[in-house]
Amino acid sequence: MPQDFNLDQFKATYFEECQELLAAAEEHLAIVQKELTNVDVEVLHAIFRCVHSIKGGAGAFNFTDLISFSHIFETLLDKLREGEIAISPQLADRLITAVDVLAILVQKAQQDEVEDPSLWHDIAEDLKLFTSGDGEPVEEIQEPVGLVIKDYNLTPEEEEEQGWGLFIDIPDAPSLSDDSDVEDLKDFNPNYRITFVPEPHLLRFANEPLLLVRELSTLGTCKATADLSRMVDLDVINPDEAYLSWIFELETDRKKSDIEEVFEFVVDDCELVIEKLDPETAKIKSDDSVQMAAPKQNVQDVPSPPTVDADAEISVEEKKVVEKPAVPQLEKPKLPETKKTETQVSAPAAATPSSTAGKISSIRVELDRVDRLVNMVGELVISQAMLKQQAEDLMKDSSHVMQQGFEDLSAHTRELQESVMAIRMQPVKSVFARIPRLVRELSGKLDKKIDLITHGEMTEVDKTVIEQLMDPLTHMIRNSVDHGVETQEERAAFGKPERATITLSAEHRSGRIQIEVSDDGKGIDRERVLQKAIEKGLLPMDHDLQDEEIDNLIFAPGFSTAQTVSDVSGRGVGMDVVRRNVVSLGGRISVFSTPGKGTRFLMSLPLTLAVLDGMIVRCGSEKYIIPLTSVIESIHPLAEEVETLVNGGTVVCVRGEYIRIVNLFRLFNIKGAIENPTEGLVVIVETERYGHVGIIVDELLGQQQVVIKSLEENYDPIAGISAATILGNGKVSLILDVDGLADMEHGTERRRTFANLEQQVLLTGEQAHGHD
Amino acid sequence: MVTTENGLTPIQTGTDVVETVSRELDQYITFTIGDEEYGVDIMAVREIKAWTETTHLPNTPEFMRGVLNLRGLIVPIFDLRCRFGMGLTEATKMHVVIIVKVEERLVGILVDTVSDIITISQNQLQQVPKMDRNIDDEYLSGLVTVEGRMVALLDVDLLFKPQSIDKGIALGEAAVGDQKR
Repeated sequence: MPQDFNLDQFKATYFEECQELLAAAEEHLAIVQKELTNVDVEVLHAIFRCVHSIKGGAGAFNFTDLISFSHIFETLLDKLREGEIAISPQLADRLITAVDVLAILVQKAQQDEVEDPSLWHDIAEDLKLFTSGDGEPVEEIQEPVGLVIKDYNLTPEEEEEQGWGLFIDIPDAPSLSDDSDVEDLKDFNPNYRITFVPEPHLLRFANEPLLLVRELSTLGTCKATADLSRMVDLDVINPDEAYLSWIFELETDRKKSDIEEVFEFVVDDCELVIEKLDPETAKIKSDDSVQMAAPKQNVQDVPSPPTVDADAEISVEEKKVVEKPAVPQLEKPKLPETKKTETQVSAPAAATPSSTAGKISSIRVELDRVDRLVNMVGELVISQAMLKQQAEDLMKDSSHVMQQGFEDLSAHTRELQESVMAIRMQPVKSVFARIPRLVRELSGKLDKKIDLITHGEMTEVDKTVIEQLMDPLTHMIRNSVDHGVETQEERAAFGKPERATITLSAEHRSGRIQIEVSDDGKGIDRERVLQKAIEKGLLPMDHDLQDEEIDNLIFAPGFSTAQTVSDVSGRGVGMDVVRRNVVSLGGRISVFSTPGKGTRFLMSLPLTLAVLDGMIVRCGSEKYIIPLTSVIESIHPLAEEVETLVNGGTVVCVRGEYIRIVNLFRLFNIKGAIENPTEGLVVIVETERYGHVGIIVDELLGQQQVVIKSLEENYDPIAGISAATILGNGKVSLILDVDGLADMEHGTERRRTFANLEQQVLLTGEQAHGHD
Repeated sequence: MVTTENGLTPIQTGTDVVETVSRELDQYITFTIGDEEYGVDIMAVREIKAWTETTHLPNTPEFMRGVLNLRGLIVPIFDLRCRFGMGLTEATKMHVVIIVKVEERLVGILVDTVSDIITISQNQLQQVPKMDRNIDDEYLSGLVTVEGRMVALLDVDLLFKPQSIDKGIALGEAAVGDQKR
């Protein structure tokens, strides 16, 4: 078993947790920064817990930088939540930086990079400065120095004031040498006895017994007896080793699990026995132990733990796992003279971290497994569709019962698929949550006053999409803050409100997620864009671009119009990269700008790599699928309803509305397809950029739920095609990208109108061809 | 009595030493296109299947024969004959598709027949002489003679690496443009 043990597995889990903890800490810090003065103490607790957990894990894996830094950080947070230090904007700022540094350290540890203390020393000094604002620095108290912690307790009144909370410390912690409170013990009725013998290496894993004692004392009245028997002479003392052990007697109305919780982080690095005491015996026992300086008898029964040398630390980790099943052996009566109702070593409790997380009912599953499940369900849907199709041919006149069965099967498959897909869905909140901070930082740097409004952050989207959303979104926000929003002076000159607004919203729209970033800034300066494009040789002088096309030039590679290249944006890689990222996700991005009023970026991404309801259409010998969500209607236009425009485009008039025709057969170069809209069918679809357009197809073949398969996985993106799927007959069918098609049609129309052949070749890489 | 597992500290086992496989002998799957015989590294081959009708992708180069469904995966099929400029293959059920893994992608190669598995040692490999042919010899990793036949070994990584596919697409688009004109 030890041979099979792999520390890396635990490390991976730890780093995953770290990411979550860091994200949570950041989220809570954002609240702190927003509220500053009246921060809910629970928020501070939450941040503390995050940092503390990171430290705990770092201890287990011996990431020294991480331990040291998180310890300093934690100390400051501890003071904060006790209200010993007031939160100032400066402090909040430093806290955010500290979380960043923590994230870097975690990353360094993850990549096994050489630790570089210079990374965090500056900020650590700052944190220390804040910490030492008042009160005694907690870290100076180290018990190996020989301090004896005695009779550390809390009156019930104090306890009441503390309220409930796992980590709440005593604000007016009595100094350690204070043993004047013995008189409080007269009605002390301990009902628990806790024997706590740290392993020598406990301190090295950044655990501080004093903090444990404090936590314990929040549970009730606590009396501690220190055992010095393991203490060595001063000249051979190793400050990294724990020599002391304690017996605590605790009077509390809490459950045993609450006590176990206190020791949760150290349970693997110590001997821990929690016994429930019978009230009468306890009374006597407690008196005994008051007089007993050190319960030597008990301690001698404990063989001294193995001396741990530096390179054996990994083995210790292993040992912990190996030992777990063996732990119940400790049930041998340890203190025979004590009548106990329950004896249990709490080590097994540590194996189930859920002891603290009873409220969170989630499990961590590898994405791979979910993917396999998703794939299998996809296959199931396909075979179900296939069966249904075959059965329909068979049972034209057979019983309705079978047909009913198929209906049920299809409903169940669909439901199964939806639930499986839901596993992968997450709200975009995790991405949106980081934006306020970005805006705050950037606006501070650029001295602009900006309000950020977010909508629809609970909109759910597939995890893979979420993961890849962050970069493009960050770029877009940066762009809006830096280029979009004017300086305060400019805004004043234009008579605009002093504070600019950036709106970030997400919504589900026609089976996709649409994310919009808009600002009320100056809009795109088309003159400058054109000038720049011509300067860079992207455009000839005598272009004939329309406003909208000029706006979209900002997505061209190497384009930046910022007057000064700032460190915020303006390196000319921004929007180009954004577009590439978005397109690689199967999405689209477009920009709408009104000079003087603002700019609006619209990003549309697929919700998932999952399923969609599709309309199967035929064009020539090819079958295509049009996403049902974008289909409005299909019509057989009459000859008089079809008009040809001067630029060669065709429109069809539907109830007074002129709808542009997309000639699918021409765009895809399909032979033998119906080319005249009056002979075929026009499917009217909704697009984002071109409103309603009509696609000419030969006929509609039916409607079906299809599983989206990526074309890009093994090939490259193809214009006008968003993905592929597999039909009931096992053949691949392509899913049309209606926006892309409209774009292509628009492009060919534009090309036909070009007077300047050279320019056309430049923009399209194609020569003109006559309208047929 | 409390007992600790004193002295039971498990011994850290050394990391598994991956046995380095002798690379002297390589196996290739050989196939024919017309009278020519080619080989691909057997390690790159995932499976061999009979030709089935593919779904054509619009605006792709001619040698790109479309995609097919390989148990839920969409796999592009390339016509090697056409790729080498010898015209389109009239694919029938007797034609064979070799599915190979190129970097992280799966692609299918349409060939006439699969003939053999050959085992050759590195010293049997001969450099590719400059040939007056349409085949871009940069895709050949070497020549080898097996029982009197010459087999050209293909480097599928070079043949199908995404960049060259991109280039192919650009060429294909140009071709489409030509057609339109």
